[in-house]
Amino acid sequence: MRKLLVLLAVLSLGAFGFAQQSRLDVVKQRGKLICGVNGGAPGFGYINEKTGGYEGFDVDFCKAVAAAIFDDPSKVEYVALTAKVRFNAIQTGKVDVVFRNTTVTTSRDGSVGVDFLPVNFYDGQGVMVRKDLGVKSVFDLKGATVCTNQGTTTEKNWTDIDRAHNLGTKLITFEDFSRSFDGLLSGRCDAITTDKSGLVGWKAKAPNPDDLVILPETLSKEPLAGFTFQNDSKWRDALTWIVYATFQAEEFGITQDNLSEMLKSSNPGIRRFLGVEGTLGDGLGLANDFVARVIKHVGNYGEIYDRHLGPNSPFFIPREGSLNASYSQGGLIYSPPFR
Amino acid sequence: MNEAASGATVPFWKDERKLGIIFQALLLFVVLATLAFLSYTAYKGMRARGLEFSFAFLFEEAGFLISEGVTIANDGSGWIFRAFQPSDANWQVLLAGLINTLRVSLTGIVLTTILGVLIGVGRLSSNWLVNRLSFAYVEFVRNTPLLVQMIFWYLAVFNKLPPLRQASEWYGFILSNKGMAIPWVATTPAWTQFSPYFYGGIYLWIGLWLLRWVWKSPRWLYWAVPLGAWLLGLFMVGQLPVTLSIPAKQGFRVAGGALLSPEFSSVLLALTIYTASYIAEIVRGAIQSLPKGQWEAASSLGLSYGQTLRLIILPQALRIIVPPLGNQYLNLTKNSSLAIAVGFPELFNVYGTLANQTGRSLEGVLIVMAVYLFISLSISAFINWYNTRVALVGAAR
Repeated sequence: MRKLLVLLAVLSLGAFGFAQQSRLDVVKQRGKLICGVNGGAPGFGYINEKTGGYEGFDVDFCKAVAAAIFDDPSKVEYVALTAKVRFNAIQTGKVDVVFRNTTVTTSRDGSVGVDFLPVNFYDGQGVMVRKDLGVKSVFDLKGATVCTNQGTTTEKNWTDIDRAHNLGTKLITFEDFSRSFDGLLSGRCDAITTDKSGLVGWKAKAPNPDDLVILPETLSKEPLAGFTFQNDSKWRDALTWIVYATFQAEEFGITQDNLSEMLKSSNPGIRRFLGVEGTLGDGLGLANDFVARVIKHVGNYGEIYDRHLGPNSPFFIPREGSLNASYSQGGLIYSPPFR
Repeated sequence: MNEAASGATVPFWKDERKLGIIFQALLLFVVLATLAFLSYTAYKGMRARGLEFSFAFLFEEAGFLISEGVTIANDGSGWIFRAFQPSDANWQVLLAGLINTLRVSLTGIVLTTILGVLIGVGRLSSNWLVNRLSFAYVEFVRNTPLLVQMIFWYLAVFNKLPPLRQASEWYGFILSNKGMAIPWVATTPAWTQFSPYFYGGIYLWIGLWLLRWVWKSPRWLYWAVPLGAWLLGLFMVGQLPVTLSIPAKQGFRVAGGALLSPEFSSVLLALTIYTASYIAEIVRGAIQSLPKGQWEAASSLGLSYGQTLRLIILPQALRIIVPPLGNQYLNLTKNSSLAIAVGFPELFNVYGTLANQTGRSLEGVLIVMAVYLFISLSISAFINWYNTRVALVGAAR
């Protein structure tokens, strides 16, 4: 009986200790960031087989947040999330923020109850088939079996395409995209569909990448962004401006290499941006030099992109001329002014 | 001991009967309080994140495809069974998932019972090879995880079948990595005229069966009535209402016939084979628990091994088998939720997609749990009913 009472008391402490404190303060007190990532998305969030650590484009944004808060990009605990449970992880507060190639949609923002950060990668849904099928276009796939993973926008996108063009395809959804990929290689799936960036990554992992072909059509808009809790503006503001900082740093031409010179710059915009003067960081509840910390440890947007998706990486996704170029190059990577 | 006297002298904290009641009341209170507390926490958590608890999403359009599944839908004139379409509502896709769960579980229960009994009898066979093979089967299958077996069947067997274009046809059977296509009956346009006779025959049969308390009809009438109705229908319509649909390759898929998808097949096979290993042990244990004299008496009467088994041993063993067998049926049904690993759209798999598309994980999982509970309780009730039927009359229970 006494044990039960103690248990009850502990449980209630857990609930009432859950005060309306901003997650930013919780993270600061805890001393590390708990970041939801993808464990198996080549180029975006995956485990490096040599080092055993998480790496990728999305993972670098977790590091950027940790760098901004703690001045140490290693103070992150990564939680690998499947597409299916990523929103639950936020709904239940298991993770602080998720950077896991997630498409911004109305229903996710509304009824699913998450708040999105700025879009950091503009993607679109594509379809990959085996070359020997001789398929040239998505519309040749009448009656085909198409595979994808569960809990993504791709299921509904493909259903829309199927209905709009009367393709009569069979859609198999697996819990994990790797099974779709196995299905494509074995022939169970005639085609697999997911974000084009993902297809590029999977293609690179195939035993014979040349046997696979990504069809030319882009089926949907897939703006990918991190996301966090609804109704916690302080935390969301901090995250939002950390993401923007990487965009703005690229625009200013501030890189990991030239940061120390830039800190001595006389340009008031750059001085304010890097926290040499002004109180931009303080206003967000972050250190005043949070931008400098992000650049020092992780680099600007262009550096993050090139590190994981650039021409020298195994998962090359051309940036030039794409939506992911900086707005000054005709792309959509654009930061509101830091002032 | 005088109860009235003890009640008067013993204070309530020393009265075991009263203490018992008090503790039960306290326990009940704690359980209810914990439940209320957990619901309140969930409610508060959802409120803090701006989520509301509502089942209204069930009536919104699903908007996604599932690879196979039948649901009920209103076609304008009435409710019929038909393939699920993405324009159907969310409750219809859950129902399609439930029907897939039932389809694989019920088929699995029938097959696994047959296989399990055969293996269980084989374990006791005096034939060395049969005996050892059954032993190896049980030990191998029982000691590897079901999920691994399911994925093995899917990836290593069904996915490795030849691609459809190279698959050979054999009397209308096509075995490829798109599944096994078999010839199947299909209705022709004449069916609409014939269907009243078809259902009429069935209703008459049910009528006979219901009337058996009033008038016990001879056995042949049970055959003659529906057949007569159908023959009359055939004569009146003058055309065959059904035809045999032979599958044929057509582009990416097989047209006609019926298709057993690799997903369905691997789930069914894995569940059947896995559960059969447990049933085999139950059957073996039941047979071995019977007194040896039963065998000896049967053989002294001149019954063969097969006759002894069929007439003497199995009917008695059945009484011991039934209760644990029900457990295995429940396990099989619940284990079907592992099918998500190979992409078979059963209830839990469909729930996963639905929860993600609508954000209603809590509501969805409550529905799924309620449905599994309902299925399990139904199976339990059936097994209990059957158990009382086969139990020895007047035997101590």
